[in-house]
Amino acid sequence: MSDINKIKHLYARAGFGLGFADLKQVQNLTIGQAIDRVFQASAAVKPLTPIASYLDSNNVAKGDKMAKQQFLQEERQQQVQLNVGWIEKMSTDDSQLREKMTLFWHNHFACRTRSPWYSQQLNNIHRANALGDFKVMLTQVSQSPAMLQFLNNQLNKKDHPNENFARELMELFTVGRGNYTEQDVKESARAFTGWGYNNLGNFVARDGIHDTGQKTFLGKTGNFTGDDIITMLLERKETAQFICTKLYKYLVNEKPNAANINAMADVFYTSNYNIQKVLSFVFKSDWFYNDSNTGNLIKAPVDLIVGLNRQFYVKYNNPSVLMQFERTLGQVLFNPPNVAGWPGGQNWIDSSLLMYRLKTPSILLNNGIIDFSGKPDPEDEVFLAGNAKRSTTASAQAQTVAGWDKFLADIPAGTSKTQIAQTLLSPKLNTYVMAVVNRANDVKGMVSELVSTPEYQLY
Amino acid sequence: MKRRDFLRNSTLASGAFLIPSFLKPLEALASGQLTGYKNLVVIQLSGGNDGLNTIVPYGNDIYYQKRNTIAIKQPEIIKLNDMQGLNPNLSALKEIYDQGWMSIINSVGYPNPDRSHFRSMDIWQTGSDANQFLTTGWIGRYLDANCTVNKDPYTAIEVDDNLSLAMKGIKMKGIAVESPAKLYQATREPFFKELVNEHSNANLSEDNLGYLYKTMIETSSSASYIQQTSKTYTTTAEYPNTAFGKHLKGVAKFINSGLKTRVYYVSLSGFDTHASQLNLQGSQLKVYGDGIAAFVKDLKQTGKLDDTLVMTFSEFGRRVEQNASNGTDHGTANNVMLFGGKLNKAGIYNNAPDLSQLDNGDLKYEIDFRSVYATLLDKWLDVNNSSVLNRNFAKLNFV
Repeated sequence: MSDINKIKHLYARAGFGLGFADLKQVQNLTIGQAIDRVFQASAAVKPLTPIASYLDSNNVAKGDKMAKQQFLQEERQQQVQLNVGWIEKMSTDDSQLREKMTLFWHNHFACRTRSPWYSQQLNNIHRANALGDFKVMLTQVSQSPAMLQFLNNQLNKKDHPNENFARELMELFTVGRGNYTEQDVKESARAFTGWGYNNLGNFVARDGIHDTGQKTFLGKTGNFTGDDIITMLLERKETAQFICTKLYKYLVNEKPNAANINAMADVFYTSNYNIQKVLSFVFKSDWFYNDSNTGNLIKAPVDLIVGLNRQFYVKYNNPSVLMQFERTLGQVLFNPPNVAGWPGGQNWIDSSLLMYRLKTPSILLNNGIIDFSGKPDPEDEVFLAGNAKRSTTASAQAQTVAGWDKFLADIPAGTSKTQIAQTLLSPKLNTYVMAVVNRANDVKGMVSELVSTPEYQLY
Repeated sequence: MKRRDFLRNSTLASGAFLIPSFLKPLEALASGQLTGYKNLVVIQLSGGNDGLNTIVPYGNDIYYQKRNTIAIKQPEIIKLNDMQGLNPNLSALKEIYDQGWMSIINSVGYPNPDRSHFRSMDIWQTGSDANQFLTTGWIGRYLDANCTVNKDPYTAIEVDDNLSLAMKGIKMKGIAVESPAKLYQATREPFFKELVNEHSNANLSEDNLGYLYKTMIETSSSASYIQQTSKTYTTTAEYPNTAFGKHLKGVAKFINSGLKTRVYYVSLSGFDTHASQLNLQGSQLKVYGDGIAAFVKDLKQTGKLDDTLVMTFSEFGRRVEQNASNGTDHGTANNVMLFGGKLNKAGIYNNAPDLSQLDNGDLKYEIDFRSVYATLLDKWLDVNNSSVLNRNFAKLNFV
């Protein structure tokens, strides 16, 4: 594979796609230089900050309905600001890899909490450690009000343990199923008794309700604390294996390849869970660029939306529509379906959902119009005649404006229509796509068709 | 020989079932008569519904001892017999129960129960053993087993935007439809029609791109059928104004308009009540009970209740003893609720759960959930259950 094709693949997987603006910057680099560039662009940590302060429901006087209503309204507003704020950050920030990995950890440590402040706090823990030390991240996540609340550890008390957090810590965050017993769940829940948070949203170890007795966990007996349990779980190679399997499915291929995953797990484990090291290993491996590993992942809805935003400079006159798109396509940020997160892959696609997804690009970019360059049949004529009305409706609903002029200006002079198609679509161009390219009268019309193909749903 | 047997035999004898069904409207009609278009409606309560506070064993003192602050008080319970009664939020179901249209099976579960939501939901949806990982759902495998008769995705419809694992087989998948009109409109886009035409006869690959095209082609044809068939029917019955109520209203519309669909799937979530359970579960049970009551009455009115069977399940029940936060943690065996006009055994099907013989604080199961599936498959959907469940399970006699 040529370096430029490798770079295209790298930008698709380690970010949200190679825009034509990026293409100008990287087209003469080697793949090694491009990898360095990707890490450099993400070296700094720039937190997400749309929420300025914690809204404390304790400040609302009991029985004051007006105040309660106002509180709920402000909370709702903050939820929208946070959600939209992150999409905007992903769509404009240079640190694509960091954002892409923040999205990975957002799913790995799936969490739902009412408080946007807590959500933002947790999101910034993921971002700060996205390329760093997994143990630091795991500990901070375990002590974040968002997760303590979500997995009920605030209620985990010596005389009445709540096992929710302990179970998910093992099943979803570290060793994975089959590597612990029900007894391990019960015993480790005792070790986490007392971990909670105060009104200010800070972690507190509440010693009075911590169970200081002996616990037997993973075959060892001792007076274990929560920190001890985390350390013991990371000593198990299964944790490296489990995380690397998920990473492989996220970055490389939904079908796990044991040899590649084992190699990743070795790097991850021996580097004491250094995330950047394992990512660098993946991007520098030949197998990452195999044909079987390119153009075959189904975009998550957020990948789809952010990819369009970046490539086409989409402006949202009413940013809250972003949440409607997320809802329709099945991925509302900060609102995963359950503690296991979004299952991904073919699960993104089902009958209805696929039709919405195919339609989404034309709605965001072109008032819902796909400039059909084929030969319409009589029934199509009726449909096409209704385009003007549909276009008005779509633009009134979406209220988006795409930066077509900027997009067209980004395309380097002399780029052929075929090269444009190759940059927009990750899978190899088949004869049908080539026919669409060849019959196109103008670039804009061709692009509106290409982004509406199933091929565009892959990367 | 009964007419339906005659038809079945003659269809087989003529080899007509080898012809694609769109070429043979008469045979398609015959297959409709063969099956009588009995519908199964599966309702999934997600999160692990607390069965003990749903069908309350009020006659057992242990219930009140273990649930100091969250037991349902005796006077509020809608008593069904001298042991069990309905949670007051299910009051709408009392009338349904009294008509003989409801059956409750206690203590349904499986050996070595798993207390993880995802794993246990997968077990229920795939019909696997606790230590077995299947990638197809039990309804999906029913579609696979039955695909010479019903070969279209709309044989199983999930009223939702996306499709559950239960509905996915190897060869066949059900279809997820939240709004038939919108879906149909989406498939009419000329560019999409061209994509479908260009790929309809192509040899689609096994990878994700092939999967996308295959889904697009099937969706296009199913959307057209569902829309054309259901658009003329107008619902007159009243449904509660909840998302769940709307979904059931949609299912009833499909059934009443004569859609050739055998299985419908609807979910209701919000049952993971680790804290403040009385209010949280109560409001969800009300949504459930009011919705089901409206649905059953609607079908009774249209004469379709005898052809319909509703089964409600949840991935697990909850611990017998409450926790310190006025909630309950993940448990094991649970009740399954059935509704229909032709129940063989209405009312409470078996003994109330035994609260004195627990396994580590959890209920022991008495009926394997796959026996419930086996009964539905054999006696209601007319397929041999062992071809779907991979082994033979004892059948029950609720239908």
